Parts: sequence; structure tokens; C-alpha cells
Amino acid sequence: MIVPNFEHQQHAHCESGVTANLLNYYKVPISEPMAFGIGAGLFFGHLPFLKINGTPGTTFRTWPGAIFKRVTQRLGITMHTEKFRTPEKAMEALDRALENHIPVGMQTSVFYLPYLPEAFRFHFNAHNLVVYGKEGNEYLVSDPVMEVATRISAEDLAKARFAKGAPEPKGFMYYVIDAPKKTDYEKAVQQGIKQTCFFMMSPPVPWFGNKAIFLLANKIKNYPKKLTQRKAALYLGNIIRMQEEIGTGGAGFRYLYAAFLQEAAEMMKRDDLQQYASELTKIGDNWRSFAYHAARQMKNRQTDLVSFDELSDLLRKCGDEEKVFFKKMEHIKW
Amino acid sequence: MNVNEVPQDPLHYKERDQLKKKMYAVDKDGKYTGVNSVGWEAENAATKQAWDEVEQSLAETEAKVKAGEMSPIAYFMEKNLMDLPLLAKYAGKWQWQVKKHLKPEGFARLSPDMMQRYAQIFNISVETLTGFGK
Repeated sequence: MIVPNFEHQQHAHCESGVTANLLNYYKVPISEPMAFGIGAGLFFGHLPFLKINGTPGTTFRTWPGAIFKRVTQRLGITMHTEKFRTPEKAMEALDRALENHIPVGMQTSVFYLPYLPEAFRFHFNAHNLVVYGKEGNEYLVSDPVMEVATRISAEDLAKARFAKGAPEPKGFMYYVIDAPKKTDYEKAVQQGIKQTCFFMMSPPVPWFGNKAIFLLANKIKNYPKKLTQRKAALYLGNIIRMQEEIGTGGAGFRYLYAAFLQEAAEMMKRDDLQQYASELTKIGDNWRSFAYHAARQMKNRQTDLVSFDELSDLLRKCGDEEKVFFKKMEHIKW
Repeated sequence: MNVNEVPQDPLHYKERDQLKKKMYAVDKDGKYTGVNSVGWEAENAATKQAWDEVEQSLAETEAKVKAGEMSPIAYFMEKNLMDLPLLAKYAGKWQWQVKKHLKPEGFARLSPDMMQRYAQIFNISVETLTGFGK
């Protein structure tokens, strides 16, 4: 069973990539940046008290599942979503959908995907991929981070769909039931931009949105005083990995979002959005510069007060610029 | 970032350089486009460091298992990049129960069924599990 004409495209990020690949199959043309922007994927958060493998959590994107949900809602697409109690039931449901020639999106762990380089395979349970066929005991997989489509054994896929640990996939799968012939992209773009501005600027707590960048900058300043060298290096390493390692398109999704603004500018013939895109590209370059220097500090492993101060300042600069950026974008007249 | 600035720094470690990720960069006309990248020095350093940490800690645990201070479960838990809460979820046990199994005394009292379950979680045979560190 193979879904005819399903086209695999490589993307930077798994969730916006799956969204684009699935919707394109249903003749709702959408690029990855568009999906990311309409789904208000851009974010920042730093949670010092939420330790993941002993390091504080940092995120550059919105919570898992949100992008897909918002895009389909905003474009008026009817979806079927389902979770399961057992792997048997989950695999049966997948087979049934494939028999009806439906490509199926699903949430999986990264750890149990043998086709990914081992270097990336940690216990991260919010990965997304599309299964578009089955041959013998193997499933045909379109994983957006991969250059080409690949295959996975039924046993491995079942494991990946039922990995333990938050966020537990529980076999979560989703597919398109109905897509409208005409979609209002412009309205969806507006809603996406408004929501991103809201999430970046309005949280009244220090851990989310633009404020969290300054929180992290303050924490980094204190790393040499509060942490051992090994810990400080690990904490920095974790921020770099969240910003650059798997599927952000560079600079913690900032380039991806700038690409969205540029595409929206062309679609809606608005020069101001093109201007915003260029500004965000420059901000992205500053994030890259922060990561570059953080990596040098990390490898050095010398508790050098000056350079941690400088790192903190580099981050603060990103925070300051994004503050101005989102404050201005919040007031766009549509 | 311009298209010609997209780093191409390979990391020959755990197949990392086999995946060329997609990056977004600006071409000479100022337009965003996708560019494949084999890796970036800064990102590679962070990836490598995370694994070095895993391997250093794993070597420490291995020594403890051989010295009879910890059980093989402790070793294979780390080898599979799990921590106590995660392993407890896979085993379907409370954390305090699994904690006992991380010690040689608790390990010695494991039922054949439970031993089998651990072996399955770690994707190894029961013999490999019981024989480790001997």
C-alpha cells in the first residue's frame, strides 16, 4: 500500500515541515515558512526550574502540536486526530488509513528512529513525520528533516510512537479529512503575526516571551559565580543545541520566520513586511554570533568572568532588538 | 545570513555528517532560500559536548558496576540515555522500586519476569544483562 503521488520535501523543522508536506498533498499550496508563520511558531522561553537531563529548559519555539493545529484551523482544514491505548490499536488504525490512501502525520520519539544519525538520537518525544505507505514489514516515511524519504520497520515505528516520557506521544496521529478549494491566506497571515507578537510581548511572567531573553542573560552573567566549570559549559551547550542543533533553520527559527515575513510581503504586496524580514535577518545574525561565542567559551572551559559578561551582553542585545521589533510589528495596520 | 555564509563544517561523529540539514539564508537578490548544511562548528561543539558528558558518566557507572556498587541496570539505563523517572515509566514501576534495582542487592532479587522486562527495554538479552560487569 502506497499513497500515490505523495511528495516528500525536506524542510528545516519537523512540525512546520509535516504541515507543509501534508497540506501540499491536498492541493493547499503552502511553504514551510508560511506554515511556521501562520502557525505562530516563533517564541522564546527559559525555565531555570525545569531541568531536562540536569540542564534548565530553553526553547525558541511554541509548544509541540500548536503550529499544526493553528495552521489547519486558520486555513479551514478539517482534521482527524487520535491517540491510542496500545501500539496494536495504533498500528491497525495507521494501516487502515494507508489502505484508504491517506498519508498520516504522527508524533514520535527521536530516540527510536534508526534512520537518523545517532548523534541526534536523544529522548525527545515531540518529533513529527508522515507515513505514506507500507511494504511488507516496512513503513515508508517522509521525515521532513531528511533529504529523501526513508523506511522504518513496524517494530521500530511502534516503539517510536509509544515512547515514554513527556510529552508522551501515545500513538498520536492525524490526517486531513477535508480541505477547502479556496483558502484565505492573508487573514491567516495576519492572525499568525498578531499571535506571535502577543506571545512575545504580553506574558506577565519572566519565563516566557521577550522577557525570558533578559532572564537568561542575567543567569549567564552569574554562571561563573554559581556553577562549576563543567556545569556552566553544559548549560551553555544546551542553549546552543536548542538554538541550532535540530531543525531550526538557523538562529533559533529567526531566519525561518524572516523567510515567512518575506513571503507574506510578496503575497500581500506590502513593503513594510519586507522591511521587517530584513530586520529580523539581522537579529538572527546576532543570535548566531551569540552561539558562536558561547561555543568558544564552552570549549575553553575557563571560568573567565569577562567573557561570560560579554556573552550576557550579546544576548541582551538580541533581547533589546527583538523588543523593538515586536513592539513595532504589534501595531501594524492591516 | 547570506547563502555563501552558510557553514559547512562536518562532524565525523555518530553519523552526524550523514545528514545535511536545511537552513534558511538570503541570496544575492535579498531573497530567502533553502540551503543544505552539513553542520556548524558551534553546533558541532555543543553536540559533541553533550555526548562526551554521557560517555564520561557512563564510564563512571561502569566502574561502579564492576566494583559491585551498582547493578547492570544502572549501566544500561545510562547507556540508553534514560534517567530514573524515565526508566520507571518504561518498567511500569515506581521510582523507589527501580532505585532498588540499581543496587546489586535489589538486582539479585529480581524475578525472571522483571529481568526479562528490563532486557527488553534495553533491547539486549537477559544473559547480556546479568553477565555485565562480571
